[in-house]
Amino acid sequence: MAHVLELKGLSKHFGEHAALDSLDLAIPEGEFFSLLGPSGCGKTTTLRLIAGFEEPSAGDVFLHGRRLNGLRPYQRNVSTVFQSYALFPHLTAQQNIEFGLRHRPGGWPGDAARRVQDAMEMLQIADKAERKPAELSGGEKQRVALARSLVLQPEVLLLDEPLSALDPNLRKQVRNELKALQRRVGITFLFITHDQEEALSLSDRIAVLNQGRLEQVGSPQELYLRPRTRFAAGFLGPVNWINGIGIRPEATQLAHAQPGGAVRALPATVENAIFLGNCIHVEARLTTGEHVVAEVSRFNGTFQRGEQVHVWWREGDELAL
Amino acid sequence: MRLLPAYAAAAFLFLHLPLLVLAVFSFNESRFTVWEGFSLRWYRAAFSDAQLIEATWNSLLIGAAATVLATAAGALCAYGLWKRASRWLSASLSLSLVTPEIVMGISLLALFQWAFRFLGVRLGMHTVILAHVMFCLAYVVIVVLARLRTMDRSLEEAALDLGATEWQAFRRVTLPLLAPGVGAAALLAFTISFDDYVITSLVAGVDSETLPMVLYAIARRGANPVVNAISTLIVFGLGLLILIAERLRET
Amino acid sequence: MNRLRAWCLAPTASVLLTLYLAPLAILLLYTLLTRGAYGGTSLPWTIENWQRLLDPLYLVILGRSFAVALVSTLICLLLGFPLALFIARSGPRRHIWLYLVILPFWTSFLVRTYAWMFLLRDTGLINSALLALGIIQEPLPLLYNYGAVILGLVYGYLPFMVLPLYATLERLDPSLLEAAADLGARPWQTIRRVIIPLSLPGIRAGSLLVFIPCLGAYLTPDLLGGGKTILVGTLIQNQFTSARDWPFGAALSLGVMAVVMLLLMSLIRRQDEGVL
Repeated sequence: MAHVLELKGLSKHFGEHAALDSLDLAIPEGEFFSLLGPSGCGKTTTLRLIAGFEEPSAGDVFLHGRRLNGLRPYQRNVSTVFQSYALFPHLTAQQNIEFGLRHRPGGWPGDAARRVQDAMEMLQIADKAERKPAELSGGEKQRVALARSLVLQPEVLLLDEPLSALDPNLRKQVRNELKALQRRVGITFLFITHDQEEALSLSDRIAVLNQGRLEQVGSPQELYLRPRTRFAAGFLGPVNWINGIGIRPEATQLAHAQPGGAVRALPATVENAIFLGNCIHVEARLTTGEHVVAEVSRFNGTFQRGEQVHVWWREGDELAL
Repeated sequence: MRLLPAYAAAAFLFLHLPLLVLAVFSFNESRFTVWEGFSLRWYRAAFSDAQLIEATWNSLLIGAAATVLATAAGALCAYGLWKRASRWLSASLSLSLVTPEIVMGISLLALFQWAFRFLGVRLGMHTVILAHVMFCLAYVVIVVLARLRTMDRSLEEAALDLGATEWQAFRRVTLPLLAPGVGAAALLAFTISFDDYVITSLVAGVDSETLPMVLYAIARRGANPVVNAISTLIVFGLGLLILIAERLRET
Repeated sequence: MNRLRAWCLAPTASVLLTLYLAPLAILLLYTLLTRGAYGGTSLPWTIENWQRLLDPLYLVILGRSFAVALVSTLICLLLGFPLALFIARSGPRRHIWLYLVILPFWTSFLVRTYAWMFLLRDTGLINSALLALGIIQEPLPLLYNYGAVILGLVYGYLPFMVLPLYATLERLDPSLLEAAADLGARPWQTIRRVIIPLSLPGIRAGSLLVFIPCLGAYLTPDLLGGGKTILVGTLIQNQFTSARDWPFGAALSLGVMAVVMLLLMSLIRRQDEGVL
């Protein structure tokens, strides 16, 4: 499988602070690939190094085998969708989309007008062509930003937390549209986010970053069910740590009576039962002192504060680190 | 707290009354501060005074030249500082703002004296223009820099990302967005230049008398309603410019 | 990329070097020379000019300038604070009030100073009106004294105090005032305990912006004080005209600048308080 992007030993230091520490990453062609991590983990730095806004302190960036180090952003065939969209306020939506085409080394391409029209139609903003950014909604601005980048047919599209500027209720819908767009266009999307739900729902593969280092790369299933570090486990979702073993809340079972069979069960006292509508989060404290949260379907009985219960799980559900 | 609006009214009155009084009496028939009827005689006198006209012309010329030079240099400087700060440049500019005019004037005079001794350069319009460019610079930089700081930095990066070079990004994205701020800075520079007396009087030659210099001479000599007339005209003219500048600054 | 930036800074840097820093360096040189026979400077080298600065005669003048500047600043603060407060609370109309403050200031300093001459002189409006009303028999000597100078300075620099104060007051979170009221503070107490402490940055900035020009003022003392008031600005100007003592004038100038810089450095603590 061809790798569209290869990062080898990529490092970036700002004075004493290492924003990125020897990152090695290979991103396959045509994937929706996410960089996931908390703020300060280096994901934005990675994006800026690929786009060319910063130069690495060490290491290389390869695009389809070509080394990008030292090339200015306008010399690289990657395009960025900024977190704030960075639409030019003095230009109309259409003029924004045409901007990159005007600055090609070869000049205005012959099929430019058609490409612009196709992009606007694909992103359903053709009727907003004459509007200025100030007159567009958040979702429309994002689509103009996407069109502006895609019309240049970049080899990789870099997206810097594009959903964070949107209304929460809009995000799910836009998420689906983004995923469909990527499938349709076929270009590799490199998606930066700190939201694990976004990463899980959108990505073909995810790279988890922590303090400038790569924690783990894998498919959403791999990362969620078979995390290799405690950090990755905890970042992809809540985990109950019992005696060094990690169990997801939805895999943590509660029983009033001692469960039979060769099942490992531990006694606990219910501290709190929070009704969340579609499920119940039961907080319990084991006799060994650990605190666990079990996600219990509301069809599986009720639990009261102070009740004595048994906490158990299936061996296959353990997170093996 | 409830007295605040009343107090504010009084304060505004304090700020504006002297100028209004000047204006009112510029239309006074009498040359004394006794109202004797409406008259335009002082305005006519002002417009027929050759020395005044020449001085005004000089002021406008110097203002225009100094404005163009100071705005160009200052706007570019603000752009450079916005990209990355320069401690010594910012410090020097700030210092020039708090330097007393008399000190700046005599230091420039000293410089021009050296220039005369070693290069034969005399005092004249050119020395005045140079001096004006100097003291207008800091104001231009402040206004343009303030405007730049309201701009989204990622706009230039987006332009680069889409294929524009640094110069193209500046020309096609930053400059159009900056234009109102630059316009406001230019108007400000012109106003400061037009009104300057202290520095100009020290570095002007015999052929480069400006309006403030003539005004000062007349005012020093005693009561003369012609000064009222000229003052009123100046206030209105510059006031209009400043109004436009403020509008531009806020777009 | 850095070359573009260097080109951007070059014009301003060259202007600053040749028209600001070099002249100051020349002045520094002058302070170490002796006055020439016909004005100007001549050898030998001496530090006498700096020593003269410590002469009580000149210290008195400097002290007086300080006092005048201080009084003007305080009056500007007292007058300007309520005005700034008013504008900050005036809601959507505030732009109009700001215009009204800025407008007179930027029109012409010379004209605004002359306006007070027109009002204050013996044949000026105030005296004429009072005479006509019979309140006084002889004109009051309102002009050509320190009071007139202070009045002129306050009038000239009041907007310099109002604008920074307004900027700080405008950023004041209104819910802080509501909290104070909720906790029992009456309006005057809220002003004293909440608004004033929180507006100290604006007070500092405004005071500096008024004090420093007042310290080195020349035009206002010259027009409104006549020959009756000798302040530092006038003194400096004299050295370059009637007294023809360039080296001493240079020493005075640089001395005043040193005082100004000391003030700035001691009162501007953080880098981000600067506007450049």
